[in-house]
Amino acid sequence: MAKYQLKVNNKDIEIEAMPDTPLLWVLRDNLGLTGTKYGCGIALCGSCTVHVDGVPMRSCSLAISTLENKSILTIEGVGEKELHPVQKAWMAEDVPQCGFCQSGQIMSAIALLEENPNPSDDDIDAAMEGNICRCGTYVRIRRAIKRAAKNDAI
Amino acid sequence: MKTQNTDHKIFKVNRRDFLKKSALGAGGLLLGVQLGCNSKPKLLTGDPAAVLSPNVYISIDGTGEVTLIAHRSEMGTGIRTSLPLVMADEMEADWNRVKVVQAVNDVKYGDQNTDGSYSVRMFYPQLRKAGATVRRMLEQAAAREWGVDVSECKAVNHEVVNSSGDVFGYGYLAEKAGDLPIPEESEITLKSPDDFKYITKKTSIYDLEDIVTGKAVFGFDTNPAGAKVAVIKRNPEAGAGVQTFNPDEAVKVPGVQKVFKIDAPGFPTGFEKPLGGIVVVADNTWAALKGREALEITWAKGVNADYNSVDYLAYMQKQAGKDGNVKREQGQIKTALNNTSKLIESDYLVPHFSHSPMETPCAVAHYKEDGSCELWAPVQDPQWVGRAVASVLGLEEDKVTVNVTLLGGAFGRKSKPEFAVEAAFISKEYGGPIKLLWTRDDDIRSSFYHFLCAQHMKVGIDSDNKVNAWLHRSVFPPIGGSADPNAKEASNFELCMGVLDMPYAIENICCETNEAPARIRIGWLRSVGNINHAFAIGSMLDQVAEARGIDPIDNALELIGDDRQIDFESLVDGFWNYNEKVEDFPWNTARFKNVINTVREKSDWGKDLPAGSGMGFAAHRSFLTYVACVVEVEVDDQNNIKIPMVHYAVDCGVPVNPERIKAQFEGGAAFGASLALKSEITVKDGAVEQENFHDYLVARITDAPYETAVHIIDSNENPTGVGEPPVPPFIPALCNAIYKATGKRVTQLPVRLG
Repeated sequence: MAKYQLKVNNKDIEIEAMPDTPLLWVLRDNLGLTGTKYGCGIALCGSCTVHVDGVPMRSCSLAISTLENKSILTIEGVGEKELHPVQKAWMAEDVPQCGFCQSGQIMSAIALLEENPNPSDDDIDAAMEGNICRCGTYVRIRRAIKRAAKNDAI
Repeated sequence: MKTQNTDHKIFKVNRRDFLKKSALGAGGLLLGVQLGCNSKPKLLTGDPAAVLSPNVYISIDGTGEVTLIAHRSEMGTGIRTSLPLVMADEMEADWNRVKVVQAVNDVKYGDQNTDGSYSVRMFYPQLRKAGATVRRMLEQAAAREWGVDVSECKAVNHEVVNSSGDVFGYGYLAEKAGDLPIPEESEITLKSPDDFKYITKKTSIYDLEDIVTGKAVFGFDTNPAGAKVAVIKRNPEAGAGVQTFNPDEAVKVPGVQKVFKIDAPGFPTGFEKPLGGIVVVADNTWAALKGREALEITWAKGVNADYNSVDYLAYMQKQAGKDGNVKREQGQIKTALNNTSKLIESDYLVPHFSHSPMETPCAVAHYKEDGSCELWAPVQDPQWVGRAVASVLGLEEDKVTVNVTLLGGAFGRKSKPEFAVEAAFISKEYGGPIKLLWTRDDDIRSSFYHFLCAQHMKVGIDSDNKVNAWLHRSVFPPIGGSADPNAKEASNFELCMGVLDMPYAIENICCETNEAPARIRIGWLRSVGNINHAFAIGSMLDQVAEARGIDPIDNALELIGDDRQIDFESLVDGFWNYNEKVEDFPWNTARFKNVINTVREKSDWGKDLPAGSGMGFAAHRSFLTYVACVVEVEVDDQNNIKIPMVHYAVDCGVPVNPERIKAQFEGGAAFGASLALKSEITVKDGAVEQENFHDYLVARITDAPYETAVHIIDSNENPTGVGEPPVPPFIPALCNAIYKATGKRVTQLPVRLG
């Protein structure tokens, strides 16, 4: 067990955990931030997607010991004051069914649009194919990303 | 679908039973007086402590807040929104002032088994009446206050108004209506569909904002009792036990609290008993997982240690080639098959599948010393969980409370109570609240699998180019085989999902099955046997159309024959009509032809497509809903398959929540794409070979259809469900499209074009 300092959703945090504890479990168990989900544990499904220093990462496969002083953004930190355009687009298109994968989908979509404000279908495929949705909301995910890109949601 | 292996009754709520009044809070203070536009006071609220609750699903308090109970589990179909919307509409409540509360397990709510696509079918009429009854009571209370006849009072959007323009709010009336008798059924009027405000209209799901902000709480997120985390290492062979285990390294992991064994139930395991294995209880998830990794275990071998699913499927294929047990017979099949001009013969093979919802099975349980147990779990059937926990732990049934959380998907996996029973069992053994988690590899390796299936079909075309003979044999291990060693053959209800209820008007028909005992836990997975049977029939019909030299849709329409209600009860012994009386939900060929004609038109069927592209068609009725599907496919020279477009036409009666219907079809197509193109569970030496999403493949955004158009038939028929119906026709439509695009006929799933 060791102590680690990091920034989560703009707050300075200190936690205690085993060095190889994945960030996913630190967020969920230590910090009670359950918006980030467990789906596979081996970075194949995207449910655990967060931003680390602005980059989308699979938190199930990031050891806490590698994240000292990094800045982490989870779904809870998005749209705190006002819903993010991607969240608004997600609501306007009624994207979710069960909703379990949607935090990860939204985090991946936000990262895509931050890097590429006007993605093509191929860009969307490449950015989003790491996020599995068993309910099959893919058609609406694509539509919501395009809507957010057009800023319709603002 | 409903299991017939347990003796739980399907509880049909009778109106007298569930309509009852509750005591009112003492009256008194008038709050919330608002001046109307003509200076008449609008009395909107009453004593905030007052509660009007004339039935178990609806209550209104003195502030005007309406609380509606969602008694069916929410796994993504939107039922937690759709059924409360029905009540809100009939009672003229303002949806923005409605709070939805999920029900615990309680027989007073009626059936809570959220399975088999029947929530709306079963509860639409009853919940309309429940809402209309409350509306009537509020109008009666207002009429009494005003001293006018009730005919002069009308409930509109959370208020009752009279012909003079006076207004009472529901909060005010909640206090006043409590002593009124429940109106007789003859006194209530259901709304005319022209007056629907929510039913058949668009409403977002109740939890939408919580989901997109990460606030929605699923079973996996729930931890109300400060529970310790538990994981189980299970024998890869289901039902077999532990030979030896050494916990020494596991208990050294910081945070690990306890390591112990649960005995295995043998095989068949049943649906309620834990699989057994070694439990690790720890302070947090990572410690539990690390502790489990450090276990040293040798496994015992059980009766299925030699189960090899690939070999078994080959054996079943041979069985499907032999004369079998006849379940439906018309005419003289053997004579007819000897008198054909063309004989189309094919075998269709489907492997085991795993549901693998994004949220793995999990449950929180708190077994208390007083012999009660409280659970929080993402379960489809909380009443069965309650009974199963009581049974396995030896508790009184009324001492088990099951709080139903949101489910992160299910597809049938979470209707089996066994994972919740595991949590309760561990809690009792450990002596404190326990949060049991299944990892993804647990989910894939220790599930109840969709049955693998071998089918043999022979269809004869005579010298007049008419279809004169239809032989269909389906061989698969039955769901009952998970609980009953004597259940060795497909059961009647499983065969009525696509084999025995085949509607085509052919003179000589024979449907058969042969024994194939279960060698692994079998469970029902979204649309169940319809998956396999629609795949075979939809593909065979396409082959027949080609042999006859006619268009596949023309072929299907011709074979369906005249408009009629098919009298299956005279054709099939013990015909199973999805638990409904045939006279209430007949097999109506006109409705089937209508969806087929609709999809033909909407999909621009027959349009020119470039080389490497193809359109395929299939249609199937399942769970009483009629669906036709056209899939457009593109296959490149590397055999990569893309699905640019899917069209569905669906007749599900009154479309209670059209946006959710569309979503179920969009999602069902993606789910079907997984089953057709990607997914396969294989078992070797009794153990499932797959363990995560690198070897159990599922459709991603690149695999799923790019666009799906859903054409909902405008209907006033009794509504039927849509959770499962999208899946069965999608798969053969896709495979028929692949044939058109490549010349390769698909008769085995998953598709492998070579």
